[in-house]
Amino acid sequence: MNKTKTATLNATHATDMSLVSILGAAALGLVLLFAAGFAQASVMHDTAHDQRHAMAFPCH
Amino acid sequence: MFKNLVASAVFAGVAVGVIAAALQFWLVTPLLLEGELYETGARVHFSTDGSTQSEAGHPALFTEPMRDLMTVGFNMVAFTGFALFLAVGFALSERGGHMVTARKGLIWGMAGFIAVQLAPAIGLPPELPGTVAADVELRQIWWICTVLVTAVGLGLIAFGPTLAGVGGAVLIALPHLIGAPHLDTYFGVAAPELAAHFATASLGTSAATWVLLGLFTATLWVKFKDA
Repeated sequence: MNKTKTATLNATHATDMSLVSILGAAALGLVLLFAAGFAQASVMHDTAHDQRHAMAFPCH
Repeated sequence: MFKNLVASAVFAGVAVGVIAAALQFWLVTPLLLEGELYETGARVHFSTDGSTQSEAGHPALFTEPMRDLMTVGFNMVAFTGFALFLAVGFALSERGGHMVTARKGLIWGMAGFIAVQLAPAIGLPPELPGTVAADVELRQIWWICTVLVTAVGLGLIAFGPTLAGVGGAVLIALPHLIGAPHLDTYFGVAAPELAAHFATASLGTSAATWVLLGLFTATLWVKFKDA
């Protein structure tokens, strides 16, 4: 009984950890895409210019 | 798990970023540089002397090494970002019992192309530099919303029951029913043939790169998971 409970708890814990990983990876992806595609600061805009046009991000 | 997600995305994103830049230098950058001749006024289409013709041909490539290097760098950043979302999709689909393989990665890549490039391009075509268009913030909002609902719609079609698939199709159509922000005037800065060619070259190269991104990310995802 106790063993089953521990196993269930471990499984729940593992699930939570993998959800945290998934959310973390999505957040990192969001930061990278914001920098590459949407940051409006003119330095960012000029350096990313050609890639933004080629990828059809609405950039200016 | 986090390590596998990030490692498969970074390796795939960097590799595909280089390939994407190479394809762009070959097929897209010449058109982009030619568009800049119209943007700066070095070339004028429908000039005041009444001529409807303008010279075709692009300026020399690779004259600004720093600019080209930045294009490679930002392609790596953007495709790593997209690869992270693909890897997140893989992890979520496997939680739902749908295992990912390298071949399925090709389909994921095609779906990514449809969601991130093709669907928004229906309302907002890829633009040459100098194109006069509606307010950038409005276009960005429409673009982001279209990418999100198309991705969710494709997910419902791929993984949901039949009725959810119908809902997915409605979601995909929704931003086009609302309509993208447009001006009520045409400005026609560059020659229309050039603008059309730029749009198709941009879509074609990104289709190829997205398929590779799906394949690479899935291959690495499977490899790292089994390791």
